[in-house]
Amino acid sequence: MDGRSARFCRLVFAGHLWPILCLARIAVTLAGAMLYFIEQCLNGIQLGMLLFLLAAGLTLIFGIMDLVNLAHGSLYMIGAYFAATFAALTGSFIAGAVLALVATLLVGMAVEVIAIRRLYGRDHLDHVLGTFGLILFFNELVRLIWGPAGMTLPLPNQMLTAVQVLPGVYYPAYRIVIIATTLVVALLLYLLVMRTRIGMLIRAGASNREMVSALGINIKLLYTLVFGLGAALAGFAGLMQAPILTVQIGMGENILILAFVVIIIGGIGSIRGAFVASIIVGLIDTVGRAFIPDILRLFLSNNAASTLGPSLSSMMIYMLMAAILVFRPEGLFPAASK
Amino acid sequence: MIKTMLKAGVAAGALLALTAGAAVPQGKTIKIGFISTFSGPVAAIGNDMRNSFELGLDHLGRKLGGLPVEVIYEDDGFKPEVGLQKTQKLIESDKVDFVVGYIWSNVLLASIKPLVDSKTFTVITNAGASQVAGELCSPYVFSTSWNNDQTPQAVGLYMNQKGVKTAFLIGPNYAAGKDMLAGVASTFKGQILGQELTRWPDQLDFSAELSKARAAKPDAIFAFYPGGPGIQFITQYAQSGLKGQIPLYTAFTLDELSIPRLKELAVGIPGAQEWVNDLPNETNKKYVADYKAKYKSSPSFYGAQTYDAAALLDSVVAGVKGDLSNKDAMRKEAEKANFKSVRGNFKYGHNHMPIQNFYLQDVVKQGDDYVLKTVATIVENDVDKHADKCPMK
Amino acid sequence: MTAWLTPRNAVAVVLVALLALLPFYASVTGNYFLMSMFTRILILAMAAVSLNLIMGFGGMVSFGHAAYIGIGGYVVGILAKEGIGSGFVQWPLALAVSGLFALGVGALSLRTRGVYFIMITLAFAQMVYYVAIGLDRYGGDDGLTIHKRSTFDGVIDLSNRTLFYYLCFALLLAMVYLVWRIVNSRFGMVIQGARSNDRRMRAIGFATFRYKLTCFVIAGVMCGLAGALLANHTNFVSPAMMHWTRSGDLIVMAVLGGMGSAFGPVIGAIAFLLLEEGLSRVTEYTNIILGPLLLLVALYARGGIDGLLARVHRG
Repeated sequence: MDGRSARFCRLVFAGHLWPILCLARIAVTLAGAMLYFIEQCLNGIQLGMLLFLLAAGLTLIFGIMDLVNLAHGSLYMIGAYFAATFAALTGSFIAGAVLALVATLLVGMAVEVIAIRRLYGRDHLDHVLGTFGLILFFNELVRLIWGPAGMTLPLPNQMLTAVQVLPGVYYPAYRIVIIATTLVVALLLYLLVMRTRIGMLIRAGASNREMVSALGINIKLLYTLVFGLGAALAGFAGLMQAPILTVQIGMGENILILAFVVIIIGGIGSIRGAFVASIIVGLIDTVGRAFIPDILRLFLSNNAASTLGPSLSSMMIYMLMAAILVFRPEGLFPAASK
Repeated sequence: MIKTMLKAGVAAGALLALTAGAAVPQGKTIKIGFISTFSGPVAAIGNDMRNSFELGLDHLGRKLGGLPVEVIYEDDGFKPEVGLQKTQKLIESDKVDFVVGYIWSNVLLASIKPLVDSKTFTVITNAGASQVAGELCSPYVFSTSWNNDQTPQAVGLYMNQKGVKTAFLIGPNYAAGKDMLAGVASTFKGQILGQELTRWPDQLDFSAELSKARAAKPDAIFAFYPGGPGIQFITQYAQSGLKGQIPLYTAFTLDELSIPRLKELAVGIPGAQEWVNDLPNETNKKYVADYKAKYKSSPSFYGAQTYDAAALLDSVVAGVKGDLSNKDAMRKEAEKANFKSVRGNFKYGHNHMPIQNFYLQDVVKQGDDYVLKTVATIVENDVDKHADKCPMK
Repeated sequence: MTAWLTPRNAVAVVLVALLALLPFYASVTGNYFLMSMFTRILILAMAAVSLNLIMGFGGMVSFGHAAYIGIGGYVVGILAKEGIGSGFVQWPLALAVSGLFALGVGALSLRTRGVYFIMITLAFAQMVYYVAIGLDRYGGDDGLTIHKRSTFDGVIDLSNRTLFYYLCFALLLAMVYLVWRIVNSRFGMVIQGARSNDRRMRAIGFATFRYKLTCFVIAGVMCGLAGALLANHTNFVSPAMMHWTRSGDLIVMAVLGGMGSAFGPVIGAIAFLLLEEGLSRVTEYTNIILGPLLLLVALYARGGIDGLLARVHRG
């Protein structure tokens, strides 16, 4: 909304005219800004895609192994560091990304075998404590290996541009790439879980662990594979996000909390739920940040509105989660009962 | 059993280590407490400040006014409450003679009360919270940097020169961010189409704000993002394709720490600064050359301000002949600013803020490297606008 | 050896004695920072003790306990900023607001269990955290400096650091005693019974929801008091007081010390904060040791330090 309509609204309020007039003016402005709204929605969807990559692994691990893995964000960070390192070594963004994906998968499986495996079947509190310890460990390890300064993963030059997606709507090319590749990954994941033998085992493992091992399946190996898959997804999120956010220590910690919110809203263990909830959370965060300050400016001083706006949109995500937990504790898409 | 004893041992050891600090006799060594950020995503700034302070002490023969020096470096962890704790520790436990440092305005604002209450002689080498220049000014607190809004004011003036008619402002939601946006708004004569404050320091994706700026169709965007987030902002600005469309003006966003990582993306984005590495005075040439020789990288303005702090302290201790109990004499010495600054001319206003020039700087490619160059002087002998609010004479 | 003189109790007695004597040591050596640091430890220990009441004995793992520290602190800070400096107003209000918040959060959260409970308490704490960031008048993200400690005219002068230390010390001991009394009362038995089997407790006629809610509110009020004290101690409040990692720290303190006893979290708070401080002096890379240590505690030392001490006694 432009400054003119804000002034108009203040005038209306000051003159005690009908607030209806003001709302009508807002509506006109909003209609005019529809294309802008679409652009902000794309921003929200892009954040949602990132959240989905993290949440998918998290929800699989949570649903199947019943493990609360706070260290998931560390794998996201490690993926980004690997990508920056390999891209610099090979001189190619794509080669760097592929190598990083494989490396993160291996690290994830190694972490599972060395540490995580021992936490299965324990109290959730033990998971929180143990994986919190892993976060501290990985942060320091990365600092030892790569130094404190962080790294950059530069994009190829042809990516440094905006593409016209609709008449009048320009959108950064690289963010379109993120949205598209994540959709492909989501589809592949869906096919893997719903159409393959290993996916069948994963689903069976989620609903009845004892039964699967009774059938003579090597459940230990299955768990290691699932954890590795989750790690690779987190690493993929990290490497895709690296060119936007740069690579630094602790980059996975704040986004991790949002990913947890996503899997709670979506329903633990449900990939479909994670997908829908990711987009909802991404949209609330971004669209809220874009519009709430302007709405607040109608009532508050510029500074107060600028301060309150961003925190209000962050708060809305948690309000949504609390509401879901109160009224629909199993989430939007509850996985099959255990 | 062994585990228990181990644990008890570690805890007891920690306790011993804590108490041992107090037992060291004062002697004639000058104790300096140095607070900056040495961990996390902005550690590069703290390291640059520490390097420059060490270099400054090397140049002074590791002595201030002839007395040997001991520096205690403390990490504020980028957090106001940790900075406050560390400040209290330096004052109460280490009983330092001087406190030096502070990158962040919000850390400084949290820590200023114990510094003023204990009358600790303090040299702020970066943070420029406007309250400290104004109503919170204090007899024993000096700055070798600037007040937050001075640099953006210079940018605002430059935008006027370039004929910018409309602008969109973006900055982080903390003390300095608010000061910066207010600063540019105070000198910019055109219309401000919008201003956005982003969550600090955890929000690193500026897609919503950049979309908003694009929709507002301004002549120019002004941004303030120090440290790592500056790299992210410039990167995303370039990725959004805005770089060719809407020019960006910055304050404290491009420096020697971020340019090596941004490379080509930083070229052609102007900023203002009170110090640039190519300022043509002898002190500066020696500082920059020796820094490069010792640390294999280029110093930033954070370092330059801290290097000046070492020289200022030297002049103070020499001026009072090592009598650190006479605080008022020390204050008078410091007010003279009797040292050679890397900025060339340097003098203090009555509120203990420097009165200094601000330069226009630009990023250029030099061989394989990208460096900052002085282009012009925007303002000369600038006095911050909060000085009137400071009751000190 | 009498039944009383177990290693557990011996450690507790020695710790209490050392804490009681600390101000003398500080005044002899002139190291007042040590006292200031331990004042902070005592205050955070109170928060850990209160968390332990619901988490250790009630099985309610709150991942948002730092919110009460923030609420207690902000009530003091906001009132001080608005010119109301009397502790007789500030403190009761801090406790009341914390209690009301706990009542609201508890009433909604206690419908859930397990990891859902963890997440819903986190959600409410995050809301308070963002409210504090959004308060432009009270400093927003930068926090708020409190220029004067709460005044209790004619009763106690909080600006006297030794008195303030002893006040915190006394309040901590009172809280530990209170928790011990609660746990060993009929009320406490119901709470512990509900932890191990809620359905059975309800079947034999206890309205466990009400019991748990009361317990949750008591813990909230206790932690709110810790918040008011912390604001007075540091003369500063900021949203960072309630960042989710601070709630995590409180959980770590309680688990590290041992959730099985009322005094355990005190040991945990001291050990955790001293480890943090001590290791940071030994090595720059503190967490490469602290991290795996936490993992080991989670894997092999479930009772925490207190549990280890108890095991020593059993042989």
